[in-house]
Amino acid sequence: MTMSDIPSPSQGHASAPHLTLADVVPAVPRPLVDVVGLVAGIAWLAVVAAALALEDVGDWPRTPTFAAAAGLVAATFIVLAIGSRWLGAASRWLDRAALWLIVLGLFFTLWQLASAKLGWLPLPFFPPPQALLEVYLDDFPRLGVSILASVKLQLWGYSIGAVAGFLTGVSIGWSQRAAYWVHPVLRFIGPLPAGAWLPIAFFAFPSSWSAGIFLIALATGFPVTVLTWSGILSVNPAYYDVARTLGARSRFLVLKVAIPAALPHVFVGLFMALGTSFSVLVVAELLGVKAGLGFYMQAAQGWGDYANLYAALLVLALLCSGAVSLLFAARDRFLSWQKDLVTW
Amino acid sequence: MVTAAIQTPEAPRVTGASLDIEDVSHGFELDGSVLEVLDDVSLHVAPGEFVALLGPSGCGKSTLLRLIAGLEPPTRGKLSEAGRPIAGPNPSRVVVFQDPTLFPWRTVRRNVAVGPEAQGTLKQSQQRIDEALALVGLTKFAKAYPHQLSGGMAQRVALARALVNDPDVLILDEPLGKLDSLTRITMQAELVSLWRREGFTAILVTHDVEEALFLANRVVVFSDRPARVKADIPVDLPYPRHRGDPRLAELRRQVLGLLGLDADW
Ligand SMILES: Nc1ncnc2c1ncn2[C@@H]1O[C@H](COP(=O)(O)OP(=O)(O)O)[C@@H](O)[C@H]1O
Ligand SMILES: [Mg+2]
Repeated sequence: MTMSDIPSPSQGHASAPHLTLADVVPAVPRPLVDVVGLVAGIAWLAVVAAALALEDVGDWPRTPTFAAAAGLVAATFIVLAIGSRWLGAASRWLDRAALWLIVLGLFFTLWQLASAKLGWLPLPFFPPPQALLEVYLDDFPRLGVSILASVKLQLWGYSIGAVAGFLTGVSIGWSQRAAYWVHPVLRFIGPLPAGAWLPIAFFAFPSSWSAGIFLIALATGFPVTVLTWSGILSVNPAYYDVARTLGARSRFLVLKVAIPAALPHVFVGLFMALGTSFSVLVVAELLGVKAGLGFYMQAAQGWGDYANLYAALLVLALLCSGAVSLLFAARDRFLSWQKDLVTW
Repeated sequence: MVTAAIQTPEAPRVTGASLDIEDVSHGFELDGSVLEVLDDVSLHVAPGEFVALLGPSGCGKSTLLRLIAGLEPPTRGKLSEAGRPIAGPNPSRVVVFQDPTLFPWRTVRRNVAVGPEAQGTLKQSQQRIDEALALVGLTKFAKAYPHQLSGGMAQRVALARALVNDPDVLILDEPLGKLDSLTRITMQAELVSLWRREGFTAILVTHDVEEALFLANRVVVFSDRPARVKADIPVDLPYPRHRGDPRLAELRRQVLGLLGLDADW
């Protein structure tokens, strides 16, 4: 299409005096080719080229696999970019993510060259991407067992801590007597970092697994308790007046007024607890629990298998991010009545 | 004593309950000293009457309403509804506050349903809840959340939430105080027609003299804190009333004078 094909506004609408916004600003048709997406594809072709063009400076049997995988990624981007008119949602995703994908492609190219091909990065501390791929493909059984162990420990510890913290928070927020007994304990023990319990936990509990659950639950319980408690205390007292004049008794006041009103606070506590509980999980696995990603990383470092270390770290990052996403999804469900929610 | 008409389960009550406030005094403990808020207040409200309470701000009107609602016991004196002492909150006496105080986590319909739910009559009350919503013209907004409503709509929901309980006494604490003047005039008219239709006893606190005179059978004027009854003025005008009625203007002058505003306007 050349410039002369485009009707100028004055020509095109000469006979149509009543212009609407849609006439003045015509819907831009999707371009034939998503150019930025195409560049992303080319960036990933550069990854392939970097992996295949030069000799490896070390022994990495998965270099061809890595090149093939990068080639597949590049091909996918190119197809999506060229077919952007027909491929709907996937192409729109490419369009949005394209700049990031270009940067990632360049990053992988550089990483490939700097580690595997030119040896700029010191080995074995900075292995090339194909070494990580090798871990995922060839050490998957061991890594998978570690992932499962970590997820299980985290789930148990976090759930127990969250439930216990929520119940404690509601009780001390609601009952003066509960507050009298629990508050001093909470003030004294709560701020102690859960890691400080580590040495005691490992001999006081029958297994390092139960000790790990205890530590994670402790790290989760404190913020959840405090935030739930403050949530209950900050409930607008007018809500209780309204409910009481409408015939509500204490059961209704707790379950249907205090708790729903405190829920936004509770979620803040749950988010804070998620962060601290992850750090306790990793510390517990690095220092005592004989399973899980922390343990795997510890062992990898001991053997000098740095690729395994990075591979496990990457998985851990994905798990943590996934957990936060899940919590956000739960919050969006429970607090859908709030306006202006932060999106994740 | 003739109080409420004999009720059949379906038919709405025709008559509200009487209210007897006898020698009620009330004080609040504040930093060791006592702040006297009500001083020997006596007031008798006949079944189905609409009484408006006027008085300087901070004199104790809201406090009196809280005592009538049963949210607090008085320091001295007796309050009873239809001859029975008021010992605590009861859904036969519902309050509409100045702020609608809707539960933001509940939809409009579920806000209206709070009373029946709290009283364990939710199943039987579905139709009544829909009627109450229709009564305030918010059927279309049943599924909306409070933050999606305007101030007037939210106050309507609060009204529906009160009316769904079929109260004998409706307690209104400056319910229209925060609304813009147009919404306010509309809702005043709606309030009168609701009261005339449902027949409850209404007790309204307002700072708006015209509103009091437009709505009520009787206007009670309180003194400065501690509040005592300064005047009890019957408003013997038929409903529906007209805002331009010269007799209203005359009463308005009289009431403003009692409130210390002896203006000639
Ligand atoms: N719970 C309370 N504790 C202490 N003082 C209160 C309390 N509630 C109201 N008061 C005081 O009582 C006085 C009367 O209040 P209120 O009844 O709300 O007045 P109003 O006539 O404006 O509705 C005010 O001075 C107020 O500060
Ligand atoms: Mg008040």
